[in-house]
Amino acid sequence: MEAIKRKKLKEKIVENIFLICACVAVISLLAITFFVFYNGLKPFVSNSYSLWSFLTGVEWRPGSNLYGILYMFVGSIFATLGAILIGVPVAILTAVFIAELAGSKVGKLIRFAVELLAGIPSVLYGVFGLGIIVPYVLKISPMAQGESLLATILVLAIMILPTVISISETSLSTVPMEYREGSYALGASKIQTIFRVVIPAARSGIMTGVILGIGRAIGETMAVMLVCGNPIAGIPTSIFSQIRPLTTNIALEMGYAAGVHQELLYSTGVVLFIFIMIINFTVNKLVKAKVGS
Amino acid sequence: MNKKIKFNAKNLDLYYGDFQALKSINLEICEKEVTAFIGPSGCGKSTFLRCLNRMNDLIDSVKIEGEIIFEGQDINGDIDVINLRTRVGMVFQKPNPFPMSIYENIAYGPKCQGVKDKTQLDTLVKESLVKAALWEEVKDRLNKSALGLSGGQQQRLCIARAIAMQPEVILMDEPTSALDPIATAKIEDLMSKLKKDYTIIIVTHSMQQAGRISDKTAFFLMGEVVEFNETPVIFTNPADKRTEDYITGRFG
Repeated sequence: MEAIKRKKLKEKIVENIFLICACVAVISLLAITFFVFYNGLKPFVSNSYSLWSFLTGVEWRPGSNLYGILYMFVGSIFATLGAILIGVPVAILTAVFIAELAGSKVGKLIRFAVELLAGIPSVLYGVFGLGIIVPYVLKISPMAQGESLLATILVLAIMILPTVISISETSLSTVPMEYREGSYALGASKIQTIFRVVIPAARSGIMTGVILGIGRAIGETMAVMLVCGNPIAGIPTSIFSQIRPLTTNIALEMGYAAGVHQELLYSTGVVLFIFIMIINFTVNKLVKAKVGS
Repeated sequence: MNKKIKFNAKNLDLYYGDFQALKSINLEICEKEVTAFIGPSGCGKSTFLRCLNRMNDLIDSVKIEGEIIFEGQDINGDIDVINLRTRVGMVFQKPNPFPMSIYENIAYGPKCQGVKDKTQLDTLVKESLVKAALWEEVKDRLNKSALGLSGGQQQRLCIARAIAMQPEVILMDEPTSALDPIATAKIEDLMSKLKKDYTIIIVTHSMQQAGRISDKTAFFLMGEVVEFNETPVIFTNPADKRTEDYITGRFG
């Protein structure tokens, strides 16, 4: 009797260890969310700063008690959009090349390079951007500054490549061989088969890659901080304008900020948080609706 | 009356790497008939079928020697493979409609050849579906996904898709092996109608099916054609002992 009881107790304890481990992720999520929202909503609840001025202001001058993030929000959107527009086509075509066109040797080599690219720490992307891309942009910029929306877009476009490439490639290679055979047997060329049958069939997987790419581009901080310019005011008006994305705003000042200033940096985090949630949600819905038809 | 010869294979050898899958095949296939290939698994019948529209090109290790004359031209030579495949259509063992609408499935082949005119495509889609005996069942849902059709309907859609290319020959690789008896009967019925307009070559595991639908039958064994003759002769009076053993079910 004792032995059985002890065995049961042991089972229970081990089971609970698993449960506790699983809880770490959930608790972390809740803790971070609560922490950011609690601090970030404080200034608006206590009326120490107007929510409206915060969301629509285009100047961030803590010294003059001006905290507007609209221009940062616009900068974040432009940078992400640009990175997607350049990075996604390159990534999809690369994935197609690896999965459909390259021989096994060349394919392996490129896949290996893509994996390495994914492993490079983001600060190094920033250093590369600062050392190579920024000077080049400076040469062609009419505004005599290299740190710009354009430089940010280029760095982010490169950074999202590994994510989009590897997920697209995986979903392309799961497209059944039967589809390709059926297409060839109807007299379609290789390129026609790829663009009209294989890519559409892999659409949902490719979109997942794009969503993750968007997430990476919006959330990226370190690399962006080095190439974006971080101005204290102004909605970007051209690709040569400097921008200050939401993420870098937090990273730049959190270290020394205090009082309302600090709380409003948390508020920036809240906006970023909600923004990413909305994007994930809508893109997910769009993908499901499209695939469903 | 002598029928025109559509395909003429002469001393055809095929290797997968070091393995010889077809050994010196000589076969004449006549126009507007149903020719059946029978034989046990791995005997080379599907491999030979796939030579006729160069589908073996998709496999890197394949090496082919010998000739297949199609309309006066050796198709193993330097020919326009895409043109060949538009003239020699194919239906596969497992129904493989594309994950798009019924309409788009049929219009796919013609569109790849540059047909853009909407009315022309509409007519082509309708005619092909009518010929494949599927029109009545799908005419109200042409824009719905082809993957929602039953297996038998999907296979007839694949036949319609092949017909839309207005081919001269339709190759069928065990087209009913994944279907139930009722769907099979419909496809067999369809084949006997289609042979008025098309040359049909079918690979089948079912000797009953070969007996029911084909005019001529070739018996393949270990990469060779053991016997090729009028179907009734093969089934009632085979010349070769091995053919007799196979059709009477002694092996296979």
